[in-house]
Amino acid sequence: MTAVRCIDLCKTYRQGDQDIKALDHVSLEINAGSFLCLSAPSGGGKTTLLNAIGGLDAPDSGEVWIAGRRIDHLKKSELAQLRLMQIGFVFQAYNLIPVLTARENVEFVMQVQGLSAAERVRRSSAILDEVGLSGLENRRPAEMSGGQQQRVAVARAIVSHPALVLADEPTANLDSRSSDELLRVFVELNRKYDTTFVIATHDQRVMGYARRVIKMLDGRIVDDIEQHAD
Amino acid sequence: MNVTVLLAWRNLWRHPRRTWLTLGAMVFSNVLLVFMISLQFGMYRLMIENTLLTFTGHLQVQAEGYNDNKKMRQIVPDIQALSTRLREKLTLNTVSPRAMAFVLASSKDRTYGIQVLGVDPEHEPLVSSIPGLVEDGRYLQASDTAEVFIGRVLARNLRINVGDELTLLGSGRDGSLAAAVVVVAGIFESGVTDLDRSIAEIPLTFFQDTFFMRGAGHQIVITTPDLSLVNKTVAAVDSILPKDEGLVTLDWNVLQPGLKQAIQADISSAFFMYGVLVVLVAFSVLNTQLMSVLERTHEFGIVMALGISPGHLGRLVMLETAMMGTIGLFAGAFLGGLVTLWFSYNGFSYPGMEDMAANFNLPSRFYPQVTVLAMFLGPLVVFLFTVLSALYPALRLNWLHPVAAMRAA
Repeated sequence: MTAVRCIDLCKTYRQGDQDIKALDHVSLEINAGSFLCLSAPSGGGKTTLLNAIGGLDAPDSGEVWIAGRRIDHLKKSELAQLRLMQIGFVFQAYNLIPVLTARENVEFVMQVQGLSAAERVRRSSAILDEVGLSGLENRRPAEMSGGQQQRVAVARAIVSHPALVLADEPTANLDSRSSDELLRVFVELNRKYDTTFVIATHDQRVMGYARRVIKMLDGRIVDDIEQHAD
Repeated sequence: MNVTVLLAWRNLWRHPRRTWLTLGAMVFSNVLLVFMISLQFGMYRLMIENTLLTFTGHLQVQAEGYNDNKKMRQIVPDIQALSTRLREKLTLNTVSPRAMAFVLASSKDRTYGIQVLGVDPEHEPLVSSIPGLVEDGRYLQASDTAEVFIGRVLARNLRINVGDELTLLGSGRDGSLAAAVVVVAGIFESGVTDLDRSIAEIPLTFFQDTFFMRGAGHQIVITTPDLSLVNKTVAAVDSILPKDEGLVTLDWNVLQPGLKQAIQADISSAFFMYGVLVVLVAFSVLNTQLMSVLERTHEFGIVMALGISPGHLGRLVMLETAMMGTIGLFAGAFLGGLVTLWFSYNGFSYPGMEDMAANFNLPSRFYPQVTVLAMFLGPLVVFLFTVLSALYPALRLNWLHPVAAMRAA
């Protein structure tokens, strides 16, 4: 089953007097349950592609399909609903809400989804345990290490079991040990829930965990490699 | 606990100093509003009661048109009987008949134009404070015939005192000459120069004989136990009055239009000042919430990426503001109530107040009244404007683009 399909995506940014092609006729198909890396140097178009897939940014032309539904022409509110229910995001800079504890950060999205308090507590406890944060539920982001914060962000992204998780440079701010721990969590979740992971990175170590690596340059896909993960 | 409520509460205290400053402005303005409105309402009530109980009463029965053009011929027939009936039907003793004429009052060597009132000595003290303002002598009694009760300034102008004679010269109801010689029974001093200079009271029966009234009078003055009962009493009186005699019941608004206008003018200017105060507070809140939204642009971008809609974020900002407004409302109302309570026992005065107060026959110290309305009217308006002022920052989130927002520092 196809989780993501991109057809002939183009996106051009204007920077000063110059037009920069962030996506240049990109077509791509990602199967459900994939563990895929988008690899490109800075400015290569991986974040733009990730944003287009996540409905955060509309392409200038082309089509984006998520789980068989075309999303590139949806309204803002429909896109928000899609992200809330079907897509989980993990960012480079953790981006937790600083005034909420780890548990509350995880629960916040579930509450907007309309889950009951009891269900929220049950799920947040389970997922925080799963990402190795048992005992740290009541700590605020400022009281946790970068790796711990990133694991809270991952817990927040996957607590509702979205079909697709999009991660933008998730290990960029982590040391190698924390990176490995995080990636093992990703792999475990991918195996356990059959969640599709699309990770934008230029970190070779991350690519080592992926079963498919798509290389981009100047907004174009230049290589698409299937591989055995480490 | 609801995470959104928790988030809103904690967001409020991200910058405690800023929140306290905004809250401080809110509480200060609320305290000021509670005190000023309490003082104002208390003052108006005192003005109304003092003015009406001095002379006018809360309502009057008159012949139609008499209030606009006070002609001797426009009468309330058989006024004593009608007054008695009203007392019985209303089960209210504070009903007193009056007759009124403009006369020349002459002492041995001086003459002044004055208003002479024929009053019921038994009931007049129940509807007017003038009988209680005796400075010399005494007030009129039921057994009196040709006695008069005059103001201190008039006595001074005519150079007469208690026991002296005064000649009254005017026109009777039928247009004929009416004249009488009366003896000064007492002198009053109200502090209102106009009253003390131009009013003289004589017994109603003597007035009716002197001015050929044939049992008629001009006004039946009624006071109610409370100002709030006036409308109800007007309706009751209307239903009692004979339908074919052209009589009307007028409330104090019609009888004393100047008083109402003075209050309305004062309310307008005061509420303009309150409006300025409220707008200043609203701008302070707008500034705080706009700052709060702007500095969280990146964070809003992130949660929008997670699927939280701009509407939800807008509601979060409104909730934060409503929480701040609620604290301001209750703290302001409570502290304002305390301040007002203190002044309600100790009184309030300021330089120049004595002169102003004297114009309305008021005391030189005011005692504000703590009422629920006065305690919450101002703070509720501040709360409303506080919440309204957060609309712009909240609506602004609708134009926020998640990618652009996440790029914000």
